[in-house]
Amino acid sequence: MMEEKKHIAIIGGGPAGLESAENLFDLGYKVTIIELSDSLGGKLNNWHRLFPDRRLSKEILNHLKNKLNRNIQIFYNSTVIKTTRKEDKFFIELNNSSSLECDAVLLTVGFDLFNASIKEEYGYGIYDNVITSADLEYLFHANKPLLTKQGKTPEKVAFIHCVGSRDEKVGNIYCSSVCCVTGVKQAMEVKQLLPHSEILMFYMDIRMYGRFYEDLYLEAQEKYHVQFIRGRLSETAENIDGSLILKADDTLAGCPIKVNADLVVLLVGYVPSKYCSSLSKMLHIKCEKDGFFAPCDTHTDRNFTGSPGIFIAGACTGPKNLEATLADARSASITIHKYLLHVPVLEQINKVG
Amino acid sequence: MNSFGFSINKDNVIDYENNDRSLAEIVLAREPSLYRCIQCGSCTGACSAGAFTDYNFRKMHLLMRRGEIRLLQQSVDKCMLCGKCQLVCPRGINTRNVIRQIRLALLKLN
Repeated sequence: MMEEKKHIAIIGGGPAGLESAENLFDLGYKVTIIELSDSLGGKLNNWHRLFPDRRLSKEILNHLKNKLNRNIQIFYNSTVIKTTRKEDKFFIELNNSSSLECDAVLLTVGFDLFNASIKEEYGYGIYDNVITSADLEYLFHANKPLLTKQGKTPEKVAFIHCVGSRDEKVGNIYCSSVCCVTGVKQAMEVKQLLPHSEILMFYMDIRMYGRFYEDLYLEAQEKYHVQFIRGRLSETAENIDGSLILKADDTLAGCPIKVNADLVVLLVGYVPSKYCSSLSKMLHIKCEKDGFFAPCDTHTDRNFTGSPGIFIAGACTGPKNLEATLADARSASITIHKYLLHVPVLEQINKVG
Repeated sequence: MNSFGFSINKDNVIDYENNDRSLAEIVLAREPSLYRCIQCGSCTGACSAGAFTDYNFRKMHLLMRRGEIRLLQQSVDKCMLCGKCQLVCPRGINTRNVIRQIRLALLKLN
């Protein structure tokens, strides 16, 4: 007699959830996705073009959705309200009175964006022409004209790096790792739309750590003449016409700088999903000090929570770009596969020194 | 001796070994949060004194760390201790105490 298929519940239907779902299904498991919203794809839905190659995000989104087998069950508009563990089984109850029993749980709840209005001195939600990178991406995505609130075509656009990242004042000391490249990508896109505009980037460090990111940086300088100013924005004030005055230290010039801009784009960073905290309490798993899920071992066991049967992947374990998220999801699939095959887990690595 | 109109200038290089970095060591020991500085310049961008004078907290601190302390006294006196730099610092450095410790250390040195 054939053994009943082992069942895996994936919480979160963003890129990590979809990639793992497809892989685990192909490995012969029964897979269920529990998705908060009424559609799959998570934050990838909010992107127009992706860095570094500026391909349409829709391409990846369609690829992830189309390869998903129809036998994968999906619960939309669903959140987990209770989990019960009984030996090797999990019993999961959802808000819409559905429930399921499974053998492993994979958490792919992703991240939230930093709420830029917390950083009051930058003026988001106070001044009309201060927007976030997510707002700008939405304008690109919706194919809306790029205008100031007063209906003028911006002549000068300033991008502000590290908003909500590397900032003790807002409680986030980590680097969000994708805002630098997002900013450079968007700067080039603005310049393509408005060839006569001047683009300024206020940065602390440019961290182009990914494959081909440096090429993008070079292209922004050489082809699009984007001005890079090394200094963190100190404060924003508004002129009577709605344009903005930016004050910073031009650290490389060695003196303060004052610049007017018609539009200011804040490159908002990652914050842990609010579900990291609620699920960590519900499932008794650990979070790092910064609130992202903590892996069992950052080098060798990054998809295991340390609690048998509970796994993690994607941006819920820390800021990641799409490539890293998809790779992490595939890695989690193998980790879960080995767990369900009862492949003995290696002893924890001995700490040397 | 004939004067040919030439003189020897101090060269333009930071002489890291021969410069006196003891002042920086004292200040850092008394306000260790200064070790966290990433030279982002938020302090200087927000500075009320820096808008009107050549006072630059970021640069002054950096030069102190390199042992370039010739102009330190005159620079540090320009600070009005308003504390805006402390409000904006992303690394949570107690900048006002840094100023205080520099002033105290300079007093001792003189």
